[in-house]
Amino acid sequence: MNTLTLIKPWMIAAVLAVFVSSCATTQEEVIEDGAPAGDQTQMEGGSSGADSSGGVSASGVEGGTEGGTSAIAGGEMSAAEMLQQPDGPLSNRTIYFEFDSAALTDESIAILEKHGSFIAANGEVSVRLEGHADERGSREYNIGLGDRRAQSVRRVLLFQGAATDQIDTVSYGEEQPVDPGHNEAAWSRNRRVELIYTVN
Amino acid sequence: MQTIRIKVYLLAMLLLGASFGARATLTIEITQGVDSALPIAVVPFETKGLSSPLPVDLAEIVASDLNRSGVLKAMDRASMPGMPHYSNQVNYDHWRNAAQDYLVVGRVLEESPGIYRLEFQLLDVLKRRQLLGRSMPAKKRDLRSRAHQISDFIYEQITGTRGAFDTRIAYVRAQKNAARKYVLQVADSDGFNPQNVLESDQPIMSPSWSPDGNYLAYVSFENTFPEIFIQHLATARRSKIAAFKGINGAPSWSPDGKFLALVLSKDGSPDIYTLNTSTKRLKRLTTHRSIDTEPVWARDGRSIIFTSDRSGTPQLYQIGADGGKPRRLTFEGNYNSAPSLSPDGRYVAMVHALRGEYKIAQLELETGNLTILTDSSLDESPSYSPNGKMVLYASTEGNNGVLYAVSIDGRAKNKLSDQAGDIREPVWGPFESR
Repeated sequence: MNTLTLIKPWMIAAVLAVFVSSCATTQEEVIEDGAPAGDQTQMEGGSSGADSSGGVSASGVEGGTEGGTSAIAGGEMSAAEMLQQPDGPLSNRTIYFEFDSAALTDESIAILEKHGSFIAANGEVSVRLEGHADERGSREYNIGLGDRRAQSVRRVLLFQGAATDQIDTVSYGEEQPVDPGHNEAAWSRNRRVELIYTVN
Repeated sequence: MQTIRIKVYLLAMLLLGASFGARATLTIEITQGVDSALPIAVVPFETKGLSSPLPVDLAEIVASDLNRSGVLKAMDRASMPGMPHYSNQVNYDHWRNAAQDYLVVGRVLEESPGIYRLEFQLLDVLKRRQLLGRSMPAKKRDLRSRAHQISDFIYEQITGTRGAFDTRIAYVRAQKNAARKYVLQVADSDGFNPQNVLESDQPIMSPSWSPDGNYLAYVSFENTFPEIFIQHLATARRSKIAAFKGINGAPSWSPDGKFLALVLSKDGSPDIYTLNTSTKRLKRLTTHRSIDTEPVWARDGRSIIFTSDRSGTPQLYQIGADGGKPRRLTFEGNYNSAPSLSPDGRYVAMVHALRGEYKIAQLELETGNLTILTDSSLDESPSYSPNGKMVLYASTEGNNGVLYAVSIDGRAKNKLSDQAGDIREPVWGPFESR
């Protein structure tokens, strides 16, 4: 078992050389910022969505496109190599949420569809979905919330053809914040699901 | 694969005592006093003739206990008009002029090296008579506990309510820059004598005392998934009692100690179950697709109060211990969670959101009246003292979690602070936890 967490400097250099002409600027923003650029607006519109966590993402999933599969499964790269592409379609492995909600934005669904197609096309790959919540409210309720978020992500991956035995979910609730702050900026970074890949 | 390191501790009762004083001890600060508190003077105990100085100041421990209750206000030592140790040395006029209602005098006798006899008297200054007198043996290592017992005697004599000073609390400490980041600890009710129960580099959550005070149930992520363990405190023997797929969380002991209520998501969404701890038989109580969590038992063991967001926001519900249709208990506000039931069953404390701030509130079940007890903004994990007079909870200051205890009328508040860590999820043990 080989957990992919390290990106070697030479890989970044190599891949940047390839991508530099097309999309270097936008990709750099994403890398430098802990939260994706779109998250800020997501968060500000947040309060109305707080109570509507029920039906989550069904409509969004059906709107899934065919773009994902060809982009991911194509080429001669191994699954491990594809995962190591720093600016590749699988490089975004954190999905963010609004307060007390497990609803996925269209942007998140588009990201997850690429992951789902990749997992479906690579049977040797498995993924652990780690759900998290911000610190507000009670700890076990936040475990429930982190679980609901992980399930939300799982549903999209399964819909793309990933097999159930390729996906594990775990909720850490508010126990493992990435940002220790006590403000909306920190909270918005902590309300997340992380995709942790393993290539068997 | 990351390496998981854990360490299980037995509470080495024999080693307890002053030697732990140097470790990261909680210190107590009274942050909010009560004007109407009854004045009491606890005179330093006589210690002359002892072969070595006592490791603790008994009168100081008693005075600090009584102060924390909010019901009594201990006199500053420097202002005392005398230092009597026996009732017949007391000049009542002096203490009356010093505006004291009650006076405690006492002495420590050494029966053999390290073996003591503590004697104290509680005196009514206005009536000029003794209300209570006790004599008790004490070994060096249990002097602190004996001091808390003296506080309990005094508190009960004056208020008619059993004292809860000689009890213990459990909580989780997160340590920055430590190999094992999470520590489950047990300490005296005033935060002294902290002892490790479990250390792990993965989260530990939701400690729950058994009603006999001998065991803790808790959630540990030591195997990278949440699992529920029961640990016998004195021997450190522990057993894993729930490790189903998904969430294994929020264990809570039934009043008879035979069942645990817990949360499992193995059948889909988080639901409330009960587990018979001897037969291991599981019973599912809720089936809703919402988050159902944080169960606590009614004192008669016949129902369970829990958090559910089935209405769209987290609210408290009550369900029979054998299942049935849950009844909603909270209607004020859009976030009510983490119930704790008062020992007399009249009140439920909870986390309550008010204009985006998370406070501890108390619901009177019979009337439906909701009272906010705290004025900070990130409060959680309320837990009643076993006599029902205080609520222990966690709050946030800077980047650390700190523990507070607030009186159930919201008027007295103490902070149990600690420079060394981030403390959360306090639970007050039963009377028997000593």
